[in-house]
Amino acid sequence: MFLRHLSLVDFRSYPSAEVELEPGITTFVGLNGQGKTNLVEAVGYVAGLSSHRVSQDAPLVRAGAQQAIIRAAVVRDGREQLVELEINPGRANRARLGRSPLTRPRDVLGTVRTVLFAPEDLALVKGDPSERRRFLDELLIARQPRWAAARSDYDKILKQRNALLKSAMPVLRKGSRRRTDRDPEELERALHTLDVWNGHLAEVGSSLLYARLRLLRDLLPYLAKAYDEVSAGRGAAQATYRSSLHEEVATQIAGGDVPEQDALRQAMHASFEQVREQEVERGVTLVGPHRDDLVLQLGDLPAKGYASHGESWSFALGLRLAAFQLLRSDLGTDPVLVLDDVFAELDAGRRERLAAMVGDAEQVLVTAAVADDVPATLTGRTFHVTLGEVSREPD
Amino acid sequence: MVQDLIDELGRLPGIGPKSAQRIAFHLLQADPADVQRLTEVLTVVREKVRFCETCFNVAEAEQCRICLDPRREATQICVVEDPKDVIALERTREFRGRYHVLGGAISPIDGVGPDDLRITELMRRLADGAVEEIILATNPNLTGEATAAYLARLLSTMGLRVTRLASGLPVGGDLEYADEVTLGRAFEGRRLLDA
Ligand SMILES: Nc1ncnc2c1ncn2[C@@H]1O[C@H](COP(=O)(O)OP(=O)(O)OP(=O)(O)O)[C@@H](O)[C@H]1O
Ligand SMILES: [Mg+2]
Ligand SMILES: [Zn+2]
Repeated sequence: MFLRHLSLVDFRSYPSAEVELEPGITTFVGLNGQGKTNLVEAVGYVAGLSSHRVSQDAPLVRAGAQQAIIRAAVVRDGREQLVELEINPGRANRARLGRSPLTRPRDVLGTVRTVLFAPEDLALVKGDPSERRRFLDELLIARQPRWAAARSDYDKILKQRNALLKSAMPVLRKGSRRRTDRDPEELERALHTLDVWNGHLAEVGSSLLYARLRLLRDLLPYLAKAYDEVSAGRGAAQATYRSSLHEEVATQIAGGDVPEQDALRQAMHASFEQVREQEVERGVTLVGPHRDDLVLQLGDLPAKGYASHGESWSFALGLRLAAFQLLRSDLGTDPVLVLDDVFAELDAGRRERLAAMVGDAEQVLVTAAVADDVPATLTGRTFHVTLGEVSREPD
Repeated sequence: MVQDLIDELGRLPGIGPKSAQRIAFHLLQADPADVQRLTEVLTVVREKVRFCETCFNVAEAEQCRICLDPRREATQICVVEDPKDVIALERTREFRGRYHVLGGAISPIDGVGPDDLRITELMRRLADGAVEEIILATNPNLTGEATAAYLARLLSTMGLRVTRLASGLPVGGDLEYADEVTLGRAFEGRRLLDA
């Protein structure tokens, strides 16, 4: 698929912008701070309903404005669709598909698919586990949008369960001073309520975990290949899933197994039993997909803490390129590939190899502060971005 | 004074500042007799309407219309979150039994636990063994499901038929927003829970 048109109103630094796009490669060039990333951030937002830079929506709305609007015309298999998003910080966002308003913005997911690589992706390698969980979940949703609902349900259940653990702490806590005069019925009710939330969390949590594991299994071959190509055979990129479930299952998962969902659900229940006391003590849920991690390895060493800057950068890039390949083979159409500022950090060889790897994608949007950083082999149209003005360079 | 009216109206559920303003100016221009009737109804409602001592539905006497109606089956109790849900289910005309209004759903985030709902009162109603079926008609959203799961377990040892509305209702929504046909169908197709 490719974007034919992008239109912004009060998004980031743009009071308004109209950008006519084509399949193939398009490069946005401009000095620092001129609005290149803002432009591709909008593309990513239309696809995934979140920004790769901020977790809140407020910074996306131009300072002084009330709402931002992104419109995108996307062409897939010769058919064009119009997506419109209204970003209203503090209130519900709104989405339209063609002429129809959607009940939930979430229903727009899947219309535009992108894979976006940005400097922030270095955090995939060097950052907290939450960065890697987000990578997996976003890819899961890009692949099958219905996971957005499960993901959001999981967060809601988790919040409820944590609230319960906190409020029930005095009742559930063993060896508390009031233990002798503790009302046994009150304890029973608390345990019973906890059971209900355990059931909910295990149900949604196991399905999410199962989906992540299958996703990873499908992704790994592409990752190894992508890293190998970018680095010209300078190391084997590997990833293993670190589960917060009890040891037996966690070991099995780390070994690359994908247990049945039923087994995962049972393992979650068993793990809840094991950590009950700690959970009650701390008032937080210690088991579940929200505590898991993806351990990245380069050769025999963990990437985090060992890989060089360029290697880390290439690893992050490898993850995104693998995602691109996976979606390409899954969807039967290419997602829009966005490369924000990727070339500046790579050595000459890696630049050329990357350019060669993405050259056949249906649409690639590239940004660069220095035009010369983009390999000449990645020919395409050039837009100049200056103070919120986007203008096409004559061919 | 007009602003006071707008402010009061704006505090009602579902009414934003703009609607509040529109309603306020509508009232100012309306026939005094119309406004008088509205004031009277409000006063009467406030004075007369209370909650049924048996099922906690809205009532005009100690018991509500449904609990007082001898034609309604005493063997079935439909458990709902709010009086609004009673109205929604009554519109479907599917149900000929009695209700029990919990007064909310289990939601730890909002500090609502089983003790804050009228669950003890429900258990008391079951003590004489006259009830044969409990229909759990809490909302098809997270807290409604949690409440249903909690009750299902609590009731599992009592030798009752415990059923839950069929799926097919808009997930994550409230019963009150489901149309009659969908809700009626969900009611008819309710499934037995084996907690
Ligand atoms: N909500 C906003 N309202 C107004 N201006 C904003 C808003 N958010 C960001 N900006 C401005 O947008 C500019 C950043 O644009 P952007 O990140 O797209 O730069 P860039 O062209 O990618 O630069 P670089 O080459 O440094 O990456 C900053 O000057 C910032 O002040
Ligand atoms: Mg930038
Ligand atoms: Zn009653």
